[in-house]
Amino acid sequence: MLRTLADMMNQDKRFAFGFTVMLILVALAFLSLFSPHDPRQWNVVPRDRPPSTQHLLGTTSTGQDVSWQATWAIRNTLLMSLIAMLSSRVLAIVIGLLAGYSGGTLDRILMTLTDSFVILPLLPILILVASILKQSLSVVNLGILLGAFGWAWDARLIRSQVLSLREREFTYTAILSGMSTPRIIFREYLPFIFPLITATAMNNMLWAIGMEVTLAVLGLVSLEVATLGTMIHWAVNSQSILLGMWWWILTPVVICIFIFIALYMLSLSINEILDPRLRVQRMTK
Amino acid sequence: MPFLKKYLLPRIVQYLVVILIGATLIFFVPRLMPVDPVQQTLEKITIQGAFLDPDAIEQMRATLQDLYGLKGGLGAQYLTFWKRLFKGDFGPSFAQFPTPVMTLIKTSLPWTLGLLVTSTLLSWLLGNILGGLAAYYHERKWASVLESIAMVMRPIHYYIVALGLLMLLGYAIPLFPISGGFSIGRKFILTWDVMLDILKHALLPALSLVIVGTCTWFMTMRLLVSNLMAEDYIVYAQVAGVPDGEIAFKYAIRNALLPQVTGLALSLGQIFGGALITETVFAYPGLGTLLYSSINAGDYNLMMGITLLSVIAIATGVLIMDLVYPLLDPRIRYD
Repeated sequence: MLRTLADMMNQDKRFAFGFTVMLILVALAFLSLFSPHDPRQWNVVPRDRPPSTQHLLGTTSTGQDVSWQATWAIRNTLLMSLIAMLSSRVLAIVIGLLAGYSGGTLDRILMTLTDSFVILPLLPILILVASILKQSLSVVNLGILLGAFGWAWDARLIRSQVLSLREREFTYTAILSGMSTPRIIFREYLPFIFPLITATAMNNMLWAIGMEVTLAVLGLVSLEVATLGTMIHWAVNSQSILLGMWWWILTPVVICIFIFIALYMLSLSINEILDPRLRVQRMTK
Repeated sequence: MPFLKKYLLPRIVQYLVVILIGATLIFFVPRLMPVDPVQQTLEKITIQGAFLDPDAIEQMRATLQDLYGLKGGLGAQYLTFWKRLFKGDFGPSFAQFPTPVMTLIKTSLPWTLGLLVTSTLLSWLLGNILGGLAAYYHERKWASVLESIAMVMRPIHYYIVALGLLMLLGYAIPLFPISGGFSIGRKFILTWDVMLDILKHALLPALSLVIVGTCTWFMTMRLLVSNLMAEDYIVYAQVAGVPDGEIAFKYAIRNALLPQVTGLALSLGQIFGGALITETVFAYPGLGTLLYSSINAGDYNLMMGITLLSVIAIATGVLIMDLVYPLLDPRIRYD
């Protein structure tokens, strides 16, 4: 396990970058356990101070320490996106495989469901739901909500991949040689679909974090919970850009950019490592 | 006509079902909101200090409920909703009473359509061509430079890109106007000057959309084409001495375009509701701004109108795409 990891770090710079950044972020998230301040409380430190040895990343106009606040924000944001990713994966895989392979009526019913979720303009609807739930939209609830909405596109991708696989010759070979349906799906198709699943998983986490930022910026989540989105919300709404308090607005923005890039690099790299055709291609290069 | 019966009919049925599900959801979701629009309108009237006797208020409440389609139980409301929908009537807006929702949408739609259709198509073309070429010529210097740029830009959330561009090109180096669709106080007549002004205001939002869009299409296309590079027919074409440019465009990009067409149909449909962040950040006077204000004001009719249009547009996109799919990919057959 450790050796594979070391191999991957050596082989692919993108994996090394993504993995290191995520490791650092997880470590920062754990630091929140030692935070001297409650992230919900205001005016615990002097306000509007630039970075110093006492407050590494300065303090905010609401009297909070930016660096400790950031550790809470990373923790909550990562947790939220993990919940969203796991719950939407289960839905996407089951529905995509079933619909693609079975075809016929079941396919049509499932795809009608998927299509309505794909076509439903998610942002406005999420905003509607969020403005109803607003105060109770904690980290876990938001994760589940995003998971419940974020599966459809990936299910459609998986299904269209299966549709195409079903028309290929090896499927007929498998059927004619008496392979059972579950075996065909799990032994023959899953290896083809697996890169898609992991890559979409990382992309789904990206999407969930982006959605959280959007909703928070519009002021539609529980604003006293520290997440990257709510940090940006407070910084933008307190005119930190005009006041020149760069340490406040840039901290969450830069962390966001790092998370986004790291997750994306991981998804690209995992995609390549898991897809044997690409691996061969890279080795011959 | 087996094609009509076996292929076309199910698809059209599905199309209608999709719209039915969407419309039903859209009807019920806003009605769960804690804001009561009738009460709000009444409060707006009474807050101005006018004294009204309770009977008049009750009468007014009844009239308003009728106008807003909020009369009777949920079932009766639902029926009225469909009756109005078939007439293309989304009712009056609650917040900007008594302007019909359709009028508000019609005023905002050209702004959104102009901005988003242009930037979506432009970034789709740019992203696919550049992405395909970068994957095909992956050993060249320019390809890896393009790839690194797209790889870093692609995952950054659109809101942050837009905010960054606004801070950079609106405040720090004030090249572009920071908000609005045209200069304040300008008369809206169709002259060269006004057109230029509109274009200038649209540039910054369009730029942000094209940057993000191009990087997205670029990365998917690069992945798709590099997956194709090991395929036998590409290797065979190379061995057979087909010119590189021809292989890149006619063999690789053309085959990889299939999922991208799916994406384009969907992203064109998303336009109706999808401009929310762009228009909020740049204060651009389109559907997104209208939608945002309607949500803040608890304006059911307007919200439903915009979201419904969006559902219909995107369902139509999916239908067209489904019909074109077998023509594009002969491997997929529906029979």
